[in-house]
Amino acid sequence: MRSDHIPLRNTEERTRSSWAAPVSIILGSLVTLLPFIATFPFLPPFGLLMLLGWRLTRAEAVKVWMAVPLGLIDDMVSGQPLGSAMLLWTLCFLAIDILDTRLVWRDFWQDWLLASGAIGFCLIAGRLVAAPFSAHVDTALMMQIIVSALLFPVASRFCGWLDRDTIQR
Amino acid sequence: MAPSRDRRPGFSRRAQYGLFLTYVGAISGALIGAGLLLLSTFNPSAYAAVRSFFAEITTPVSSALDWVKRGVAGAPGGVSEHWNVKAENDRLKKQLADNATLVERARTLNQENRRLRAMLQLRDGTADSVVAARLVNSSASSTRRYATLNAGSWQHVERGQPVREPDGLIGQVVEVGPNTSRVLLIIDSSSNVPVRRTRDGLPAIATGRGDGLLDIKSASLTSGDFKPGDVFVTSGTGGVYSPTIPVARVIRVQGDAAVAQPAANPDALDFALVQRPFLPEPAPTPTPTPTPKAESK
Repeated sequence: MRSDHIPLRNTEERTRSSWAAPVSIILGSLVTLLPFIATFPFLPPFGLLMLLGWRLTRAEAVKVWMAVPLGLIDDMVSGQPLGSAMLLWTLCFLAIDILDTRLVWRDFWQDWLLASGAIGFCLIAGRLVAAPFSAHVDTALMMQIIVSALLFPVASRFCGWLDRDTIQR
Repeated sequence: MAPSRDRRPGFSRRAQYGLFLTYVGAISGALIGAGLLLLSTFNPSAYAAVRSFFAEITTPVSSALDWVKRGVAGAPGGVSEHWNVKAENDRLKKQLADNATLVERARTLNQENRRLRAMLQLRDGTADSVVAARLVNSSASSTRRYATLNAGSWQHVERGQPVREPDGLIGQVVEVGPNTSRVLLIIDSSSNVPVRRTRDGLPAIATGRGDGLLDIKSASLTSGDFKPGDVFVTSGTGGVYSPTIPVARVIRVQGDAAVAQPAANPDALDFALVQRPFLPEPAPTPTPTPTPKAESK
């Protein structure tokens, strides 16, 4: 039975989200292991989608420093230059933290807008560091951003489902 | 949604420092990421070892998924093939008889060609293949075009070796692990392949565009005068790709350059063939021995 008493040394209860969040984000990054040889960037960045889903729906599940190791793992399998997701994902987290102090109460539409902005930022910045400026990838990149932004509600519901037995404060 | 996190952890110094330290960790992590990113921009193969270590773990997963995909995708074809095999057998026998004379003529030509080449004392580069392996996954979410090959240094794959399939050129090995290697596809925007036109031997460069097509630019001073339908094959210049591997076919002309469709579709192929570089790298030039004075004495 849950008690209202919280012991001094353990201020936060261990919940399912504490391990489900990193595991599901890593699995999202590993979607690139599917056996398809892409000729243009068509796959949405599922690792980033799950990361934003957890951060915006269950903020206590992902600490702000966790974007660094998770980004490193994503860099290993994504084909982007090493360090790009480490940097960009952490910048997104810091930006969301700053916006959290401004918008104290967020509704779902604001979450979606924030996530779309973060996805667009990560993908465009990732393209600028990875591919030369003359590459003809911008149409595919726009499609990728739109599809990823449309998939964010799914990712966020999925995070909520994974964490369904935690009672929201 | 309710405020997601109480940013002030109360009056506990310990909790305040803990929160502060998470931000220190995040910001220093971002700075480390920026540093790594700078290094990998200037030296793309800097982390080959780390990445291939990781690929060693993940590639078996891809290989297994690839095996399942081929099994599932191949099943309908296998069934219909079973029923059509008799009709096909008759057709092929007839075709074989028709082709016998052609083969005979080709053999004669081949022999003659070999004799002529021997007379000219042409130095033929090697085009031996190293291994046939499968491309099992790719960087589908990135703007770069890499694929993973499930063969590595244990199968004698080395950095710089070209990768092809029967239909055409696929790419070049850029990183090698014990059992996996990373292939830069020719459609990547940083890949350049020296090619020539089959029609008249016009030298050109095929550069990846990043969207699955190739840009063809004339490598000589004359403008290309490209036409849709022009076929380009590797020229052998540079010594990496052996000559006459099909590369691309022009689909439209854009000013001085042309946009071409690659000859090989890396997603549809069964096996990718890793070859030795056409001309092996020249032996390092011997350093001049600084002892002529000693000899003159």
